[in-house]
Amino acid sequence: MSEPATDHGGHGDPNRRDFIYIAAGAAAVGAVAMVIPPLVDQMNPAADTLALASTEFDLSKVQEGMQVVIKWRGKPLFVRYRTPKEIKEAQDVKLTDLKDPQADADRVKKGKEQYLILVGSCTHLGCVPTFGAGDYGGWFCPCHGSHYDTSGRIRKGPAPLNLAVPDFQFLSDTKVKIG
Amino acid sequence: MSDHPSTYEPKTGVEKWLDQRLPIVRLAYDSFVDYPTPRNLNYWWTFGGILSVCLMIQIVTGIILAMHYTAHIDLAFNSVERIMRDVNYGWLIRYVHANGASMFFFAVFVHMFRGLYYGSYKAPREVLWILGCLIFFLMIATAFMGYVLPWGQMSFHGAVVITNLIGSIPVIGGPILTWLQGGFAVDQATLNRFFSLHYLLPFVIAGVVILHIWALHVVGQNNPAGVDIKSKEDTVPFTPYATVKDGLGIIFFLILFSIFVFFMPNALGHADNYIPANPLVTPAHIVPEWYLLPFYAILRAIPDKFGGVIAMFGAIAVLFVLPWLDTSKVRSMRYRPVMRWFFVIFVVVCLGLGWCGAQLPDAPVVPGLPSFTLLDGEFNSYLWLTRALTLYYFAFFLLIMPWVGLKEDPLPVPASISEAILAEHAKKKGA
Repeated sequence: MSEPATDHGGHGDPNRRDFIYIAAGAAAVGAVAMVIPPLVDQMNPAADTLALASTEFDLSKVQEGMQVVIKWRGKPLFVRYRTPKEIKEAQDVKLTDLKDPQADADRVKKGKEQYLILVGSCTHLGCVPTFGAGDYGGWFCPCHGSHYDTSGRIRKGPAPLNLAVPDFQFLSDTKVKIG
Repeated sequence: MSDHPSTYEPKTGVEKWLDQRLPIVRLAYDSFVDYPTPRNLNYWWTFGGILSVCLMIQIVTGIILAMHYTAHIDLAFNSVERIMRDVNYGWLIRYVHANGASMFFFAVFVHMFRGLYYGSYKAPREVLWILGCLIFFLMIATAFMGYVLPWGQMSFHGAVVITNLIGSIPVIGGPILTWLQGGFAVDQATLNRFFSLHYLLPFVIAGVVILHIWALHVVGQNNPAGVDIKSKEDTVPFTPYATVKDGLGIIFFLILFSIFVFFMPNALGHADNYIPANPLVTPAHIVPEWYLLPFYAILRAIPDKFGGVIAMFGAIAVLFVLPWLDTSKVRSMRYRPVMRWFFVIFVVVCLGLGWCGAQLPDAPVVPGLPSFTLLDGEFNSYLWLTRALTLYYFAFFLLIMPWVGLKEDPLPVPASISEAILAEHAKKKGA
């Protein structure tokens, strides 16, 4: 361009003033970008909330046919001691009949099929399903009518998924660690 | 109107001094005293003033309640009961605040239906309408978070259900849900942030209301005839005409408000919310407050979880683009013989959706009537009634609005507001 070097009007080649504009703008954008992560991340679970992430449970408290509800991560946790009939019902279901196909064996620990541990939060919108109700012998969610079977799998209603099985391991025959 | 010249003349020395430094009295005078107002405004137009009274009542009572409320999961419920039993006039202030939310929504629904009927969203009032939709959306968010604060059973499980809606978004839903709740469930972190936001949002609403009124005063008020202001004969000064008319509307509205507060303060609430929150037991029948029932019904009408959420938010989102969906050149439905009937059906459909939202989806609409199974539910059930109404809700905006606007033969529109009034007078005399 033929403009003189003293022209700062912003035409033609980038000159020193343009550089200052761009540098100042970039610094402002960078500063804002650096402020956003802390402001957003403070909303995530705090360290003490995360520290509550695992719990232990004494299985001798739950007897055959019973369900015990404990609180884990602020949500109810169902600990079921299933009867042989209920276990058989759960195992005999054809996977093709299921909305969210999963074998009963994949939801319990081998050799301890009687203990079913579930997050007691309906996969539709998070209500607490009622034990011993519904068309499939398992749970029924009163909010929008989802039916779960004796393995906690979704059989009927708006919920898309089976009741979640948390990570758990047996510390001994009667002690289980969840989370 | 923006081209309306200021007629304010400061009289006292103090006014003159202030006017040269901050012309705030001039602004108030030009906006609410000498502001030219269409002379044919009817009582449906008083709801704007009523709504600003509602906002003020909610802010004043809310600030007072915050002085006595404790945002902690172990203390919140009891602190609300303490307000009801022990705090001087606490019962009155809380009942005014709780019923005030219902009154606010009642008034905003009337205000929105009025805008819809008289075409108040059409050019040049698109921004005015969109700002109103934004206020409505903020009101929903504020009301929802406020309902969580007493930490009763409905508060808690309502919060669980509504926050879980976000969790239905594919892939990113889960992390966003945890982020929103501040934990793995609705808990202390959730209650604390909801309290913070419930305190903040009314002031955001007040800010948008100022923009709403600013936009209103730039383009001027619409009126029942839907024609622009053309001459001085079309208008009257805001004070005393509109102020007195608004004042009368406000008095009648406050009488209705008082009937609820003093004679049936819990009629619009839910008994389950007087049970402290228990995360381990869900109430048998979860329903939101009445003003959210139509949207709740739309949510449940869709068999897919994420689809339901999309439809529910879509029902509000469609309002934002309404100015571009209506193809008719005539503003007021007074002169739209076909569209006004679709409008009447639309109002009935909205009320119907509200009714359906309060029912169990599987319950029969007409008990005892023989029915058959259609796809995933009984035909004679609220599920299918809700679906039919939801279909009309969306069809009204997306099909009927654009199509009728093109096909309809509107009645002759008066040349001016004063002509419309004279024609009406002549009709009355003749009859």
